[in-house]
Amino acid sequence: MSPLSQPSQHWFQAAWLRPLIFLVLLVAAWDAAIRVFHIPPYQVPAPKDVIITLWQEWPMLLQEAWPTTVATLWGFFLSAAFGIPVAMLIAGSRTVESYVYPLLVFSQSIPKIAIAPLFVVWFGFGMLPKVLSAFLLGFFPVVVSAVQGFKSVEPDMLDLARAMEANRLQIFRMVSLPHALPAIFSGLKVSITLAVVGAVVGEFVGSNSGIGYLLQRSIGNFELPTMFAALVVLALIGVILFWLLDVIERLAIPWHASQRQDFIIAA
Amino acid sequence: MAQATETRRPVIEIKGVSKTYRTRDGEVPSLRPLDFTISDGEFVVVVGPSGCGKTTLLKMIAGLLPPSEGEIRVEGKAITKPHGGVGIVFQTAMLLPWRSVFRNVMMPVEVKGLPRKDYEKRATALLKMVGLEGFENKYPWQLSGGMQQRASICRALVHDPKIVLMDEPFGALDAMTRERMNVELQRIQRETKKTVLLITHSIPEAVFLADRVLVMSERPGTIAAVYDVPLKRPRSLDVLADPVFVELTQKIRKHFNATTTGA
Repeated sequence: MSPLSQPSQHWFQAAWLRPLIFLVLLVAAWDAAIRVFHIPPYQVPAPKDVIITLWQEWPMLLQEAWPTTVATLWGFFLSAAFGIPVAMLIAGSRTVESYVYPLLVFSQSIPKIAIAPLFVVWFGFGMLPKVLSAFLLGFFPVVVSAVQGFKSVEPDMLDLARAMEANRLQIFRMVSLPHALPAIFSGLKVSITLAVVGAVVGEFVGSNSGIGYLLQRSIGNFELPTMFAALVVLALIGVILFWLLDVIERLAIPWHASQRQDFIIAA
Repeated sequence: MAQATETRRPVIEIKGVSKTYRTRDGEVPSLRPLDFTISDGEFVVVVGPSGCGKTTLLKMIAGLLPPSEGEIRVEGKAITKPHGGVGIVFQTAMLLPWRSVFRNVMMPVEVKGLPRKDYEKRATALLKMVGLEGFENKYPWQLSGGMQQRASICRALVHDPKIVLMDEPFGALDAMTRERMNVELQRIQRETKKTVLLITHSIPEAVFLADRVLVMSERPGTIAAVYDVPLKRPRSLDVLADPVFVELTQKIRKHFNATTTGA
């Protein structure tokens, strides 16, 4: 082991430790605020009660987390499956760009959450409206980032490839796509967190399962500890999905500047 | 002039080539009609002020841009589209950051679908020739600017093109690295016997490297003068103090001063 890589091996230097310490401090402040200002439990529950609820209701929470996660993932996959090809078309053709892109940007000014009830009208209760709502929120960031990625290839690099008599497919495969990957991944990371929001919104307006449904039910019954526990589970879903994507990114683009830290030590 | 070279087989023939860009503000002339020929194995350097259309000329020879008028022939064939008979080196190395040095050098071979086995040997030999032995599996960002540029020269040579086009290849390097790279490029050209067209705005670099220097005028550019460089090869950096070298660089420099004050 080189002396340079030594410090990162100590557990107290680990990257996850600092946010954890901060989180503990925040929870402590929350607890202190309730005691100092005498906030009644029907407005804000004490952290202890939330933790107890998390412990006792864990199987139920997990059961409700499942449909939300599934809807999020489907929405996210649809965002990627449609967003990346749409971005390719927009970046590849001036004509497509001039027709599609302004409308796409304009469509973002519509509050998508307002459309979610419409999905219930069209597709009823169940998985589909949730997935569509997650897709609706997750789609746009993928397109915007991927377009930017595809378009930022240096013209000299394209000239170089063309001078080698590379065809369009080869240029795409060897130059444009790998070049766009870092941007695509940053879009996907935004997309997956928004897809969680989309799924929950879908559950708010028309569902009888999932974390969104649980949130609504518990607030209706003034079960605030349950509601807060549901929020914690929701945050966990978001964090775990984001982290998974981060791992995939590290594997897919180890050469990129944002990933080089470990790479140099490994080399 | 250039009696010795003109008897050799012409590789690049430029006949009445001009280029005018059509922009929103109307037509912008970039190159006035040009005529010149480059022979097999010749090292020609184009020197001129920025924006005189040097890069346009290079891209037209590579087939990346069509000339507005006139005809470009490479090895007797009229050029209308990219033809693969050239290797190109740009000012920045333009290596793909996700490919190792070796795979960057092999890119033209992959694109053209040439037999990989044969060319792998060639790529290894080229990297050795430019002193990048042992760096094959490094990534471009792990190399210095000079090393990256040497790797890009290998990439331009790997598919064994007749012609190497270089657009200010050492413009982004520091002065000392640049001088070393000039010596090295001269050696590479002598070893590979390629026809080289190099663009620069450094007059000493032009005289040091060239068999023949084409001096271009301000935009819209055309050839203002042609100078043969009678210095013997191989040239070392000592040539920089040679009276012939000094006189020639002075002559070329005066030419620029004359055109700028005249304009």
